[in-house]
Amino acid sequence: MEVEQTALPGIGLRHEFVTQAGRRIGVVSHRTGRRDLIVYDRLDPDRACEAIKLNDEESDALAELLGAPRIVQRLNALHREVEGLVSEQLPIVPGTPYAGRPMGDARVRTRTGTSIVAVVRAGQVIASPGPEFVLAVGDVVVVVGSSEGTEAVAEIMANG
Amino acid sequence: MHTAILFVELGGVVLALGVLGAFALRVGISPIPLYLIAGLAFGTGGILPLATSEDFISVGAELGVILLLLTLGLEYNADELVTSLRDNARGGLVDLVLNAAPGAVCALLLGWGPVAAIAMAGVTYATSSGITAKVLSDLGWIGNRETPVVLSLLVFEDLTMALYLPILTAVLAGLGFLSGAVTVAIALATVSLVLLVALRYGRVIEAFVRSPNSEVLLLKVVGLALLVAGLAQKLQVSAAVGAFLVGIALSGELAEDARALLAPIRDLFAAVFFVFFGLQTDPAAIWPVAGLAALLAVVSMITKLATGAYAARRAGIAREGRVRAGIALIPRGEFNIVIAGLAVAAGAHPDLGPLAAAYVLILAAFGPLAARLVQPLIAAVARRA
Repeated sequence: MEVEQTALPGIGLRHEFVTQAGRRIGVVSHRTGRRDLIVYDRLDPDRACEAIKLNDEESDALAELLGAPRIVQRLNALHREVEGLVSEQLPIVPGTPYAGRPMGDARVRTRTGTSIVAVVRAGQVIASPGPEFVLAVGDVVVVVGSSEGTEAVAEIMANG
Repeated sequence: MHTAILFVELGGVVLALGVLGAFALRVGISPIPLYLIAGLAFGTGGILPLATSEDFISVGAELGVILLLLTLGLEYNADELVTSLRDNARGGLVDLVLNAAPGAVCALLLGWGPVAAIAMAGVTYATSSGITAKVLSDLGWIGNRETPVVLSLLVFEDLTMALYLPILTAVLAGLGFLSGAVTVAIALATVSLVLLVALRYGRVIEAFVRSPNSEVLLLKVVGLALLVAGLAQKLQVSAAVGAFLVGIALSGELAEDARALLAPIRDLFAAVFFVFFGLQTDPAAIWPVAGLAALLAVVSMITKLATGAYAARRAGIAREGRVRAGIALIPRGEFNIVIAGLAVAAGAHPDLGPLAAAYVLILAAFGPLAARLVQPLIAAVARRA
């Protein structure tokens, strides 16, 4: 994927790219800090058919929503590069013994030597959660360790 | 007593401009043509001629030009100008040739001579960056893919103006070839020097101007701009160019703050400037040249459309975008009046002022309107196809 960057003299910068499905989207970054989220017309590919003004806070919120899963993916890619270290995303499904209980109860590190590095909840990444962190159905637990270790965690999360 | 009349007249004029501005806002057009019409009404031969405040207004108009150019310069930084110059030289040259030609040819055909031809070339060449920028943001075209093409053409034009205005000043002053060439050389050297200083030592100037207090910042920026403008005028480089270069030398957050502080003063004096040009023009002189102005407007609309289409095509923009790029370039405004004002002050042909006034009136009013109408038209054509 290629993100195209164009200078807008007197205004700021524009970044844009075409999605796999063929839609073009972009962001205009004004020097004043304002951001415009641009959606281009399907039939007239150079026309911005939607330009949504975002202030600092709103752009941050949107970036977080869009970026959170990406952070986990990148984390995975990172760990894949380190030999022997595996990271795994384990969803907490209904019926899991640890749903609604503090994470410490599972004693994951003591039992498997594997670390829970993050929990993804509602699109947000909670990095290095403590043992008091209460797991809920729908959470995705990110674990890092040896491949046997992560498999063991999956087993613990599923059957206790 | 004198001051009392002065205040009453000035107050009346500025208040009238405010009312006109409110009307322009409601109708969704640029207020510039209305300011010009107000000037016509208040001037000699108008319906409500002013008695005492013309001197004050003339100084106000000069200030207006300086502030217009200063804030224009503040919008750009030196890096942008250099990149823009490098990447868009071809489009910029096409723009220059296509759009300077109608004015120059018109002046030559009328037998006004080469000096008037140079002035009229400038009148038809420059798009109003002020009006066009407003059109782009009002219509939500800033995100459009053809917009960078339009913006870089505007940057190119503004830079060309920095070279053109000194040349025009020299030619209008009736300097001989040698002294004219010296003036132009000085202008070129000044412009390059300021660009170089802005690129290399912009931080030093900014460190001097910067202040957490907005009052201090305002005084420093305006003072610096007026000082450089005065020196530039002394060197025959044109005060406007001096102010423009000061604006370019300042960049970043500082320029952003200065622009916000200057905007209200600029708006006041820029309005005074347009009124002043109207004041100098006798409304009775407009009618005989109205047809000519309309013809010139139509021709230069076509040349701007061609320019926009050419430049946008080079940037890989599709057909609809090319049309929009051309339409966005149509409005004429501040620069054209600045140029005509210089020519009128230097005693050019008596019809030049009225012709330029009528020409700018037409295109400043019609340009934004055309831009507003073009999108529904494009959509209608697309539906039929």
